[in-house]
Amino acid sequence: MKQNFNGYLRGDGRKGIRNQLLVVYLVECAHHVAREIATTYRDQGAQVVGFSGCYPNAYADRMMSALCTHPNVGGVLLVSLGCESFDRKKLAATVAESGRPVNTLVIQQHGGTRTTIEQGKAWAEQTLAIMKNSPRVPMSVDELVIGTICGGSDATSGITANPAIGRAFDRFVAEGASAIFEETGELIGCEDILEQRAVTPELAKILRGSVEKAARYYTTLGHGSFAPGNSEGGLTTQEEKSLGAYSKSGDSMISGLLKPGDRPASGGLYLLDVVPDGAVRFGFPNINDNAEIAELAACGAHLILFSTGRGSVVGSAVSPVIKVCANPETYRNLSDDMDIDSGRILEGKATLEEVGKEIFDLSIEVADGRLTASESLGHQEFVLGYKTFEPTGPACHPTSG
Amino acid sequence: MEWTRKKPTLNMENSNDQEVYEARQGGGLLRLSPDDNVLIATRVISAGSRVEIDAASWILKNQIGLGHKIAARAIAQGEKIIKCHVAIGSATEPIAPGQHIHLHNMKSDYLPTYDRGGLV
Repeated sequence: MKQNFNGYLRGDGRKGIRNQLLVVYLVECAHHVAREIATTYRDQGAQVVGFSGCYPNAYADRMMSALCTHPNVGGVLLVSLGCESFDRKKLAATVAESGRPVNTLVIQQHGGTRTTIEQGKAWAEQTLAIMKNSPRVPMSVDELVIGTICGGSDATSGITANPAIGRAFDRFVAEGASAIFEETGELIGCEDILEQRAVTPELAKILRGSVEKAARYYTTLGHGSFAPGNSEGGLTTQEEKSLGAYSKSGDSMISGLLKPGDRPASGGLYLLDVVPDGAVRFGFPNINDNAEIAELAACGAHLILFSTGRGSVVGSAVSPVIKVCANPETYRNLSDDMDIDSGRILEGKATLEEVGKEIFDLSIEVADGRLTASESLGHQEFVLGYKTFEPTGPACHPTSG
Repeated sequence: MEWTRKKPTLNMENSNDQEVYEARQGGGLLRLSPDDNVLIATRVISAGSRVEIDAASWILKNQIGLGHKIAARAIAQGEKIIKCHVAIGSATEPIAPGQHIHLHNMKSDYLPTYDRGGLV
C-alpha cells in the first residue's frame, strides 16, 4: 500500500487533497444566489458554505477565514447582500494574502439576483480554469490532518467503528500525522482516563476542565447530546454513549487542546473543544454533526472519519467524509452511503485491527483523489452558527514550543 | 420479565429448536472487558432463546436488539453498570442475570436521558 500521494500546493505553502472553489454567502439573504452560482459547477468542485447570521460574531469570522484558506480550497467567491454586518473586506483580504483567487459580489450593488448570478458564474468558470493548473506536489502521511466524529450512533458504534477508527488514529499519530477528535460533551464520564493521557500535567487539567465545562453547559441546557435514536439502538445513558465516542481517539498520548480555527502545532493527537466558553448563550453547542465537521475542517482537517451506527448519510463541504458503518444491518440497508463495513467485526468476519488498517488505507486513497461515497452522491453539507470562545493559551499547545 | 434458571446441560443446543447464546466469539454475546457486569448482543436475539452465562442459563422472555445489554450476573439496586471497564450509570432496581438492561432499570449518573416519550 502506497503511503505517498499527490496534493495541491497553495500559495501559503500548505498542501490540500482537494481543489474546491468555495462560493460563500455572508448572510442567509445571499444564500440562494451563492447556491445558484455553485450548482452549475458542482461537478467541477464548486461548493457552497456561509454564515447565515446578520449580526457579527468573532467565532464565525474566525471559522470563515479558516475555511476560506483551507488547503483543500483553491479559490473563493464571496456573495454579500450588502447590508449585513459581516466584514467582507477583511475576509477577502485574508484570502488574497493566502495567494488564492478571490472575488466579492454584492447583490445590492450588482443589480440584484439575476445579474449577480450571471457575474458569479462567469467568475467561477474563469477561476475553475485557472485552478485546473494548481501545482500538484508529492505529499506524505505526516502532512495530513485527520478529524473524526460520530453521528447517528447506536450501541454498535462503540464496539466496532469507533475502536476501529481508534486503531487507524494510532497509526496516523505513529506516522507523524495530526489527528483530531472532538465533542467534549460526549466525553462526560471519561474525565479520569482522558486526564491520564495528556502529555503534560497542565494539559491534563485543561482536558478535564474542558469536559467539566461541557457537563455544566449541558446541565444548564437540561439536555445532553443523547438523541432518541441512541436509546432505540441500545445505548442507555450519556456516559455509555461517551465511552463509545471516546474510543475513536485510540491509545496515543494527547498532545494538545484546540478550539475551532486553531491548527495543530505539529503531528500528534488533539482534542477539539467545541463547547462555547462563558455563560450559556446561543443554544446548543452543536445543533447537528455538520456543525462539528465544519469545526474540524476549520482546524485544518483534510478529511473526516465519520462513524455511524444508525446510518447517517451526510458528507461535507471543504473536507471529504469517509463513512465507517458500525452496524451490519445498517450497512446492508444503506451500503451506497457507506465507505467501510466495520459491522463485519460483530459477524466474526474481521478483527478491529483489520478494519483499522482498512480505514487507514482508504484514507490514503481518498487523500490521493478517490471519491468517498458521500462525495460521489453529491453531499456537501455545511452548518455554521453563533458561538463564543476565549483564545487557547500556551498550556493547551505544549508541543508547539 | 420472568426468568427460568436451568442447570447447564451438555448437548442441549438443538433441543426444542432453541437457540443458545454465550459470551464467546461467535456466541452472539460480547463481553467487552473481563470486569464488565453486562454482555452486548452482537445480533438480534429472539424471545425464547437460551442464554448461557458462566455456570447457568436463562430463557429470554423478550427479544434483545443488536447492541443492547443484558446482565452478566445479578446486579443490586444502586450498583454501577460496568461496560468496557467504565461505569456507564447505575441500576435503579435489582437486576437478575440475563435480564435486558436499559432505560427501565438503569439511569445516568450525570444527565437525564430523553427518548421519544420525553424525559426518562
